[in-house]
Amino acid sequence: MITTVDAKGLSCPQPVLMTLDGIKKADENEILILVDTDTSKENVSRAAKSQGWQVKEVLEEGGGYRITISREG
Amino acid sequence: MTQLKNFFATRVGIISVGAFIGIFASLLQKWGNPGNMGICVACFERDIAGAIGFHRAAVVQYLRPEIIGFVLGSLIAAYIFKEFRPRVGSAPIVRFVLGAFAMIGALVFLGCPWRALLRFAGGDGNAIFGLLGLIGGIWIGTRFLKRGYNLGRTEKTYISVGWMLSLIMMGFLVLLLIFPQIQGEAKSDILFYSLKGPGSMHAPIIVSLLVGLGIGFLAQRSRFCTMGAFRDLILFREAHLFTGLATLAVFAFMTNLVVGQFHPGFVKQPVAHTMGLWNFGGMVLAGLAFSLAGGCPGRQLFLAGEGDGDSAVFVLGMIVGAGFSHNFGLASSPAGIGPHGIAAVIIGILVCLFIGFTMRKK
Repeated sequence: MITTVDAKGLSCPQPVLMTLDGIKKADENEILILVDTDTSKENVSRAAKSQGWQVKEVLEEGGGYRITISREG
Repeated sequence: MTQLKNFFATRVGIISVGAFIGIFASLLQKWGNPGNMGICVACFERDIAGAIGFHRAAVVQYLRPEIIGFVLGSLIAAYIFKEFRPRVGSAPIVRFVLGAFAMIGALVFLGCPWRALLRFAGGDGNAIFGLLGLIGGIWIGTRFLKRGYNLGRTEKTYISVGWMLSLIMMGFLVLLLIFPQIQGEAKSDILFYSLKGPGSMHAPIIVSLLVGLGIGFLAQRSRFCTMGAFRDLILFREAHLFTGLATLAVFAFMTNLVVGQFHPGFVKQPVAHTMGLWNFGGMVLAGLAFSLAGGCPGRQLFLAGEGDGDSAVFVLGMIVGAGFSHNFGLASSPAGIGPHGIAAVIIGILVCLFIGFTMRKK
């Protein structure tokens, strides 16, 4: 199962901290991050890119977002 | 819409917003606001507290339209871009306490982070101590964040909850319009006004309101946050928000030069004192409280506008904190710190440390 980081309802910088933590621990090449504000969506995307990951997919779901990031290359 | 939506989250976007705020903050001073106080979220909320009689410091009473504009501008932007999300429930009482102590700390320094930058951009060297204190306070906050500090999750809630602070601000605007300042009078029915001092200095209502709305709109789009700027730099080496903050300072400085508002020095600076240690200490407290609460006072207003009920509670905490500050002699004045300012800073830091140490996931 793909690693899921549930950052719904948390305000910044928690979603970013959790994403970076997820990236550090990840064995897989993909992580799913759940957030519920646009600010968190942008911050998580920016943080993933800063770690050399890319944002593969952003889906809107129940007033929030499911962001899939993947290791580049 | 999508293109515009992304624009403000880009580097050029945040730089544009910083420039806009810097220029208009200096111009607001030119148009009547107090010295190096074109915009100061803490000072202006304190003036609002004075206008409605939460404290009776005669020189700082005015229902500042900029604050109203910040919240409503953000509300408008959030609705246009479908980002209005009513949410609440992440330790509101803690946010209230943090708001109150953030205000107490800011009023020992005499300014929020925005004003610290504007004071610096106007040549006030004392602001350097405040900015260093701010960074120090935020640094302490990042240590807690790294150890798992957080105030818990919010819950989605009713739309009316998300509207609450905006409605309060609309109420304030109505009061301001039906009880306008009467020349030479310290009171207009229920509202208090200042006859001298910073509270008596203000740009025309419509100008303040329009600039406030503009900034509120842009800041909601760009997530502009002075605390987040330093926090992200310290925590992640992420300079996105910091770029906006630096641009604000540079453009305020240039505008000050152009309109003749740049006066370098330490003494006789407008609405400032020269006690370096307490300029520093006050902002350590404020910076720590902002970082534990997740946003500078401006950001809390913009978040409240887009529906965050916890940020709204932080704002009310700040307004009540201003009452405590002036009623208990905690706030500074150009003469120096208040009689109980030092005690308040120490107690505030202890309270913040208690919050930081006890509220974290094991």
